[in-house]
Amino acid sequence: MNFRTGDTPHPDVVILAHKLTREYDMGLELVRALRGVSVQIRKNEYVAVMGPSGSGKSTLMNLIGCLDTPTSGEYWLNGQKVSDLRDDELARIRNKEIGFVFQTFNLLPRADALHNVELPLIYAGMSGKARRERAADALERVGLADRMDHKPNELSGGQRQRVAIARGLVNEPSILLADEPTGNLDSTTSAEIMQVFGDLHRMGQTVVMVTHEQDIAAHAARVVTLRDGVVATDQLKAA
Amino acid sequence: MPVFEAIALAFGQLRAQKLKSGFSLLGVFIGVTFLIAAWSIVNGMNVYMTEQFAGRIIGVNTFHLRRMPNFMPHVSDSAWRAWRRRPRITFSDAQAVAQAISVPVLTAWESSDNVTIEANGKQVLEAGVTGATERYFDIKNLRITQGRPFTAQEVRSGVPVVVIGYEVAEKLFERRDPVGKHVKIAGIPYRVVGVVEEQGKLFGFSLDRFAVAPALSPIQDEVNPPGVIDALIVKASSVELMREAISEAEEIMRGRRHLRPRQENTFVLETSEGVLNFWGGIKRILYVVGPGLVGVALVVGGIVIMNIMLMAVAERTREIGLRKSLGARRRDILRQFLAESATIATVGAAIGVATGIGLSVLLDAATPLPAAVSPMSIVLGVVIGGGVGIVAGVYPATRAARLDPIAALRQE
Repeated sequence: MNFRTGDTPHPDVVILAHKLTREYDMGLELVRALRGVSVQIRKNEYVAVMGPSGSGKSTLMNLIGCLDTPTSGEYWLNGQKVSDLRDDELARIRNKEIGFVFQTFNLLPRADALHNVELPLIYAGMSGKARRERAADALERVGLADRMDHKPNELSGGQRQRVAIARGLVNEPSILLADEPTGNLDSTTSAEIMQVFGDLHRMGQTVVMVTHEQDIAAHAARVVTLRDGVVATDQLKAA
Repeated sequence: MPVFEAIALAFGQLRAQKLKSGFSLLGVFIGVTFLIAAWSIVNGMNVYMTEQFAGRIIGVNTFHLRRMPNFMPHVSDSAWRAWRRRPRITFSDAQAVAQAISVPVLTAWESSDNVTIEANGKQVLEAGVTGATERYFDIKNLRITQGRPFTAQEVRSGVPVVVIGYEVAEKLFERRDPVGKHVKIAGIPYRVVGVVEEQGKLFGFSLDRFAVAPALSPIQDEVNPPGVIDALIVKASSVELMREAISEAEEIMRGRRHLRPRQENTFVLETSEGVLNFWGGIKRILYVVGPGLVGVALVVGGIVIMNIMLMAVAERTREIGLRKSLGARRRDILRQFLAESATIATVGAAIGVATGIGLSVLLDAATPLPAAVSPMSIVLGVVIGGGVGIVAGVYPATRAARLDPIAALRQE
């Protein structure tokens, strides 16, 4: 699929990055974290983004997650061009289209699991009752129906990450965007979490996962490797 | 995020960090407590001054003819010396004025000094001893509970009789009936003919330490030089009649003193308005100083809250980053932190209102200061308190709202 500036992406394409660059002005030197990355991800793909540290994979993740805007290039998310949106519009896109899963879970320590999962719905402006029902559904999907009123410190690492995944899913986003989701977990728990991602993918969820671990990336159907701010390899695994 | 969610969140934060929140609302708490308490005292004093004090000291529809004002705000030394050079009010002045007033009025002479009263080997030191004429008790609304007032006949003939105040009777005669017994005032014996009903206290001073004897009795040598009185008291039945009586009295006095048209009066005609003006002067000072002190406390309180909120933003940078990544807009974060600082301040103000009311009630009960809580001060206390919170929260909340989500999420 070739994309040229001025085109609109194919409706099947959820993520379209076209010649994305991102430069940081550090005063003395100009750091060029991305030097022209072009990637397309279709609906219901399961993609791992790999690369050594400094390869630009965190920068790419921030751009895909609409936490940052590119210096140049185009970024389309679910048919909408987001590369030149303003701050509050980006917040709305993050709320509707993206479910984040972080390495350190990032749960609110004083809120119980249900309330943590409710958070994105609060910012979507959903009312109390509907919100709680949706959040409970999401927790059920990750197998935590019986842990809704537990606070993060009453949950194991794996359970915490599953709460975070439920929070990512609750707004029914276009993509679930995970950044080193098993980085803080032991191997048994990691396998359990990868199982959850696998299940979600099978149910139709588009998953993008940033990792530097080979065996975690192995769970994905497609592996994009970055090196020095450009795409080095982009391999589809035989199913 | 709707406002009530933000407020609920703020209360959660308050509960979670009780000690820190407690300290942060201290300034507003103190400011509002002071506001309520000070306001209620000034308010109470105002009620007291206008309804009770002025009425008691001078009386409604009453004026005093005097050499110089009894109640004055600030007078310069030269004015004071000029007053002191004025001729005194003489018996014949008083008689002439009383006779010349054509509207129906009650009049009485009054001359007072502080003198020790003795009886049964006991003493009441520095009691207010007054030489007066028979209408004095009516004009001053002094009810006699035992015995009787002295009569016009007794005044004219200067019989050494006396009507004593409640405290004097209690101190000198304890539970026995003083009527018919004798007290010594400045060494001269007087027969007690009556005791006045208990008057209570005013600003901590007893209003019952007094004795009143006929103006022409030997008391006249104690309270004033011969032939001279402190004041002629004139009471009319309405304000209009009082004003008429005042102008008549002024005319007579100017004639008697041979004052030319442009010359100032060498006497005063003091009404309760004069006392109220005096109080008005004090009130104006309180109205400047009071809000000033409240303002200082609230500014300090605001700065404390601002600092606490800046600390909170720094501590919760990661939370802010997370909320932003989940879709919180700048205004959501702004609202969250504004609601938090406003809630802290409003809680502080509410506790301040409660404490202020408690303090006023306590002051009213335990001290002579009269206090009455004004509903307006409660409203103002809460509104100002909450307002301080919002103003103090603007800067920290703006900083929180502007945080870059990527940097905020990376923060430890």
